Formats: sequence, C-alpha cells, structure tokens
Amino acid sequence: MLELGQVTAGYGHFTALWDVSLRVAEGEAVAVVGPNGAGKTTLLRVISGLIVPRSGHIAFEGAALAGHPAHDIVTHGIAHVPEGRRLFPGLTVADNLKMGAFVPSARARYRERLERVYTLFPVLAERQKQRAGSMSGGEQQMLAIGRALMSCPKIILLDEPSLGLAPVMVLRVFDLIRRVREEGYTILVVEQNVRQVLKLVDRAYLLEVGRIKMEGRAAELAEQDFVRKAYMGV
Amino acid sequence: MDPIFLVEAAINGILLGGVLALLALGLNLIFGVLDIVWIAYVDLVMLCMYAIYFFNVSFGWPIWAAGIVSLALGAFLGIAVHVLIISPILTSAPINQLLATGGLLFFLQSAATFLWTTDHKTVRLSLPSYEIAGIFLPATRIIPFAISILAVIALYVFLTRTYIGTAIRAVSQDREAMSLMGASPQRIYLVTSAVGGLMAGLAGALLIFQYSVHPFFGGQFGPLTFMICVLGGLGNMVGAFIASFIMSEIISIGGVVITTEMGYVIAFVIFIVMMFVRPGGILAKRE
Repeated sequence: MLELGQVTAGYGHFTALWDVSLRVAEGEAVAVVGPNGAGKTTLLRVISGLIVPRSGHIAFEGAALAGHPAHDIVTHGIAHVPEGRRLFPGLTVADNLKMGAFVPSARARYRERLERVYTLFPVLAERQKQRAGSMSGGEQQMLAIGRALMSCPKIILLDEPSLGLAPVMVLRVFDLIRRVREEGYTILVVEQNVRQVLKLVDRAYLLEVGRIKMEGRAAELAEQDFVRKAYMGV
Repeated sequence: MDPIFLVEAAINGILLGGVLALLALGLNLIFGVLDIVWIAYVDLVMLCMYAIYFFNVSFGWPIWAAGIVSLALGAFLGIAVHVLIISPILTSAPINQLLATGGLLFFLQSAATFLWTTDHKTVRLSLPSYEIAGIFLPATRIIPFAISILAVIALYVFLTRTYIGTAIRAVSQDREAMSLMGASPQRIYLVTSAVGGLMAGLAGALLIFQYSVHPFFGGQFGPLTFMICVLGGLGNMVGAFIASFIMSEIISIGGVVITTEMGYVIAFVIFIVMMFVRPGGILAKRE
C-alpha cells in the first residue's frame, strides 16, 4: 500500500534519513522505533509531504507522491498525526474535527465521520464546545487522532502518540490506537515507547541515525537481545 | 454644557465605531493569518472611494452600483497586493514586508496626487436627518453604521461557520497543521487577502457618506486603524471590535468637550498609556 524506496531527506545541509526503504501493506500496523534523533519524525514528515525528499521514491497505492505538497498528499488518504499533536488550540473540539474534514471528499461525509469519531472517543462528544488547548494531554491526543480520522484516511501516520503523557494515559492511548486498528485502518506509528508499541503492531523497523538497522515481526524484534537492552531497559 | 451634546457625541461615537471596526477587522484579519501589517490598508480604501466618486459623480451610476464597484475593486486590490507584493517576500524578514507595504502607501498617495490632484472630492448624497428627543441623527451616519454591523456579523458567520473561514482561523494558529488537513496555505492567504480587501472596499463605500476623498485620506484613518488593532491586541478580532468603539467614543466625546483635534490627541495619549498598562491589548490576560 505504502512503499518508500531509498529515501534520503534532511534539513538544509543536515541529512536525517539515508536510503530508507520501508513498506506497509493494507490493513497492517507497522512501527518505526529508535532512539531520539534517529530520524523517525523526519520519516513521517517526508511521507506526508512536509519535507521534500532529496532522492528516492514514495508510492502510495501505485501513485508516486514524492515532491507533492502536504495539502495534496492528504487527499490521497494519508493522515498524519504530527509530533506534539499540533491541534488548533484556540478552536473548539468540534471545529478541530471540522478542519480534519477539510478535504472535499471528506466534507461530503462529514456527519457520518463525526458520528464515528464520537463513538470511538465519547469524551470528544462531551467536550465539543471546549477549546482544544484547554484539554488534558490524553484528551488532546484523542482529538488529534480523531481529527486525522475525519479525513477518511486509508493510512494513519502517528508520531510519538505517547509523548508527554502520564504513564496511565500512555496505556489508554495505546488502547485507543488498538481500537482504531480494529476499525480496519492501516497504521504506521513512530514511537520511543518500544515495549508498548511492539505489543500493538505486526511488524517493526528499527531506525538508527537515519538508517534502517533491522526489520521484522514485532514479536521477533521484541525477543532480540540488543533491542531489549538498548530500548526496553530489560 | 448641555448634557444633550454629550449624549449626541456618545451616539455619534458609536456610529463612527461601526465603520472603524470594519477597517480594524479587515487589517487584523490579514495580520492574524499572514503576520503582516498592511501599512497601506487605508490607502486601498482611498482608491475604492475614488472609484465610487468617479462612477457616481462622473459616470452617473447610482450610489449602490458604485458601491458594488468599490467592493469588487477592494477584493481585487487585496488579491493584487498579496500576489504582487506579499507573496514574493513571504519568507523574508518581517521588517521587509512592513517596508514593502509602506512603500505601497507612498506609491498610492503619490499616484493619486498625480492622477487626481490633491482636491477633496465629495459625493453629495441628499439623505434625511432624524431628530429624536433633541438628538440629531443624520442618515449619512446611521446607514454606514447599520451596514458595518451587518458586515461584521457576516464576517463572524463566515469565520465561524464555513470551512474556509474556520480554516482561516486555524491557519493563524498552526500553518503547518492546516496544510496536513488539506488546505493549501497559498489558497488560504489569497482568500484572506481578498476578504480583507473586500472589507476595505466596503469601508470605502461607507466612509464616502461622511468624508470627502483625497490622496492623503489614508493618513487620516490609517494610524487610527493600526492603533485600534494594537489596542485590541494584534490579531484579536473581538479585541479590535471593542477597541474600535473605545477609540471612536474618545474621539467623539473629546471632540465635543474640547475640540476635534483634542479628541484625537486624547485618543493617542490614552493609546500610549494603554501600551504601558496592557501591552498585549485590552483583552490580553495578565501574566
């Protein structure tokens, strides 16, 4: 469904990703794990068009997307929940969700989508009129995911969904992502919380200083000695 | 002094505030989204007023038709300013953008002087005046006020109910996140500039009821509009709306109690004092 081939990208003179190849099949949940500064966020930003790759190709359902602007890529069905959630803090919960349905194809199905998001995250329905910036971190993460779901995506890119959340909230957010998965969405998630995310996904890639170091089934990767030591602290 | 004059001045202040609000909201809308103060904003209004003058007085069009020309011209000028001046320097330093629109101000003033001389041009409208309980209310003030308020309501509905209006508010909070939602920033900027220009066109159509137009009309209302925006908190639409009425009341009441010039002096002094007391605008929360 999503395929990256030898993607190199960076900012200015700095190269954050080197020859990264990766694929996500339809219905699959895939994680990219790795330490801080490995290039995980850059990877998602390249896919969603916020950064133009220097070389390599990005294909989604057969369409070449490298170099397309972000506002065009979302119309193909790629929704990106960025690092730090990036809600519109001054807008209400309802308006944030409305912006999630900005693309014309999603606008037409706005009511139906809204109902689905509210069923999935009932707390958002209760907080419709509240300003997004005044909610707790966990609720904001739900809203960020809900907003992404509003665009009728085929794949959801999640950047560090557990970042900055209290430990009990981290578990809840992973639970919610599991429910989103069960709805049939394809997921590509980037996480530092390796232990939790490996329980959630089918496959995982290990990214280190901009290069893919390892890939495999999540369960197998979790068994690897050095992954355990380096990232899971066991 | 007869207190009736104070009441009349207060009412006139409210009536003036409506049109000032239109100017301030237009300037503030653009600032909120693009982070640029269009120094030449009221000079666009000046061009629109000339358009009404020529279409109404020279070509004999009815005033409402000339008003529509003014609206269309305003929107067109808004787009033109964005495409020709702002867009090419969007990523450069803010001071350059400020200077560029400042340059536009001098260009427009000089061009207007060259083309139409410094004569004050007036559109004469024979409209009735009403007297209620000894207070004198000319239609030349009531009509612009009523239309301004309707326009502010329309702007509010546009910004809160429509997708593109909500996107305009969203872009001013997080540009990049809005592009992830599928909105091209360039398109949002263009729509914002067009709406801002449209409001300048409308303000021009309403100001011509009470003021004659000349090349330096921008100097008359430009600094005032900018001050209102700063007083309300740059980018804060509600603040700008409230600040419009505060400033118009000070000018109007001060003008009656002392002299018209002193009304402006007092308004400017209060503005400076407010900048020390509340630098973030009247609605800013105290740190």
